[in-house]
Amino acid sequence: MTRSLSGYTLRLRRFDPESGKGPYWQEFKVELEGHRSVLDAILKLRDEVDGSIGIRCSCRQAICGSCGVRINDKPGLACHTHLERAAQAASEGSRVIQVEPMGNMPVIKDLIVDMDAVHWKKIRRVTPWLINKQPVPEREYIVSHESMVDVTQSMGCIQCGACVSDCLSMEVDPEFIGPAQLAKAYRFVGDPRDARQYERLKDLAEDPHGIYDCTHCWMCIDACPKDVAPMSQIMRLRRLAGSEHQIEDRNNGHRHEHAFTENIARNGLLHEADLLSDSYGGKLSPRAVPVLLGSLPVILRALMRRKITLGHALLHPYRRRYKDLRQLFESIERRERRYELNLYVSGYDGAEPAQAAGNGPAMVATGTSGVGAGQAPREEGEDI
Amino acid sequence: MRVAYWPGCVSRGFTPELHGSMAKVAPLLDIELVEMDRAACCGAGVIAEHNQELADTLNARTFALAQQTDGELMMNICSTCQGAQTECQQRLDANDAYRDHVNETLASEGLRYERGLTNKNFLWLLVEEIGLAALQAKVTRPLSNLRVGPFYGCYIVRPMDQLGIDDDHPRHRYLQWVIEALGGTVVDYAGVYKCCGFPIITMNREASLRQAGRHLGDALDADADCLVTPCPLCHLNLDLQQPLAEKVIGRELGMPVLHLPQLVGLALGLEPRQLGMSKHVVRPASVIDWSAAVVGARADAQA
Repeated sequence: MTRSLSGYTLRLRRFDPESGKGPYWQEFKVELEGHRSVLDAILKLRDEVDGSIGIRCSCRQAICGSCGVRINDKPGLACHTHLERAAQAASEGSRVIQVEPMGNMPVIKDLIVDMDAVHWKKIRRVTPWLINKQPVPEREYIVSHESMVDVTQSMGCIQCGACVSDCLSMEVDPEFIGPAQLAKAYRFVGDPRDARQYERLKDLAEDPHGIYDCTHCWMCIDACPKDVAPMSQIMRLRRLAGSEHQIEDRNNGHRHEHAFTENIARNGLLHEADLLSDSYGGKLSPRAVPVLLGSLPVILRALMRRKITLGHALLHPYRRRYKDLRQLFESIERRERRYELNLYVSGYDGAEPAQAAGNGPAMVATGTSGVGAGQAPREEGEDI
Repeated sequence: MRVAYWPGCVSRGFTPELHGSMAKVAPLLDIELVEMDRAACCGAGVIAEHNQELADTLNARTFALAQQTDGELMMNICSTCQGAQTECQQRLDANDAYRDHVNETLASEGLRYERGLTNKNFLWLLVEEIGLAALQAKVTRPLSNLRVGPFYGCYIVRPMDQLGIDDDHPRHRYLQWVIEALGGTVVDYAGVYKCCGFPIITMNREASLRQAGRHLGDALDADADCLVTPCPLCHLNLDLQQPLAEKVIGRELGMPVLHLPQLVGLALGLEPRQLGMSKHVVRPASVIDWSAAVVGARADAQA
């Protein structure tokens, strides 16, 4: 059986630092089957049309992570994106496949970015190796399967940089450690053989560009071609740093999380006026005063416009409806074991996932190994 | 249609004009709001970061309360609620044993969550339940010549799989569609799908305000008259904090930011004051004339 060829238009962002010219867009036509990859098309163009097109690639099967680019404004692997699918996703029905280098990293040439200057430098920042517990056993460490399952998701990372490319925290704070990097950090923090869980967490919590600098925008979760969900790993790091190790960081990260939770236990609905000051340690805390003073102009304006009333800011009109809520908080927080469900690990009951936000199946179960009923209870202070 | 209505926290706190305008707009769209006044905060991702089971239980409680009403579905008016609740619901729906475990906690209040609740933001409900044609038919004051920049809020556009965004439900296009249905002009700018920065306002204040300021500035550069958002938390950083964001990025902005029900309400003929638009920190002077006309409509004589 022969497969039919289709014509595709690729719009590549070109840049050659030696030319002395700025970056520009160039369109190419290519004929290939729709199931072939964007990388196949670019390599065909390089072989047959313009040998100067620069792209980095190696395995061509979504394992090596070399060909990270942005396709139609979204980061991904060129080798892992079908031409037809990319044409369908092109803006406003144009079918023009736009390919550009990844973001948040300097461009070396055409589609090649300097991974070393940003990605790898930041990976080194998180001490990406195991620091053995002592004494080192004569032969191998024996750890239970269950205790390693937790880190399998972060081990799936192929270091392609797609999440770094579109990280919105890094866009405004280039010093942010980064999503792939913090996922890598969790890989060792969550490893039962590592001896430095507390020190790693303390370091990442205290860094102004560490775990509390992530803005929780979900961008890295959608960007990752390997379902690593870096943001979820960052939340696990926060949960361990705050709830388990009670690390009081200088960035108000744990304080904010604690203030928020306590605010809801007390009020049922968020009381914003309290949250702001409590996140800094209370209205009279030395950390809170400058922030509150700095916010005074907007607070006054909000009061003047009757956006906020003084009564509402000081009291909470809804609080009395929720007086039984604290009991629910306490019953869960008192548990000896903290329940965490990671669907990447546990998968979904039955063949079909439940309705996603009310419009039928939209999720794919990626679980590789079930753990009992799907729950992965963490033993507090578990030591293996 | 009757819906179990979850207004969220901030719409009854620092953005009261959102809850107020929704209440005004609902009858015009034949939406009957059954307010869930015992439901609690969704946790906004922060409680889940503290204790996942706690966040899941709080939201299961909300879903159970919604299922006790006779509403056809649950409706929220906050992108953050949509995202945080969908994440919890995904876990609860995926695993029977886990859901039973959470329901055991709820049993003391006589509540139980049954798998498969439909929970839609007002934006999704507008497009999927009411329909753009029906919405358009109700427009009495088209927003002609009004250039509106959509600002979704992260939690309602990502992760796409989790939120059920696909070819059949391009929910990441709905805001643009609604603006057009109301007669407005969509302004495309760099910030449409970006983060307002609010979640890190107490952790990295400068980066947070720089995010807000950058998107507002990009919208200004694209000649937007205003932004519209389905997220009250975004509204806090984009409107309430806008004077502070101006200082961080060193640029005057003065960009009005409307809540989605306010934009709909204007087009359906409600007056700006009824919609609480006088409560904004950045006065929507480029959107409305205080004699109560929509600026765009005034410029367009036949509208």
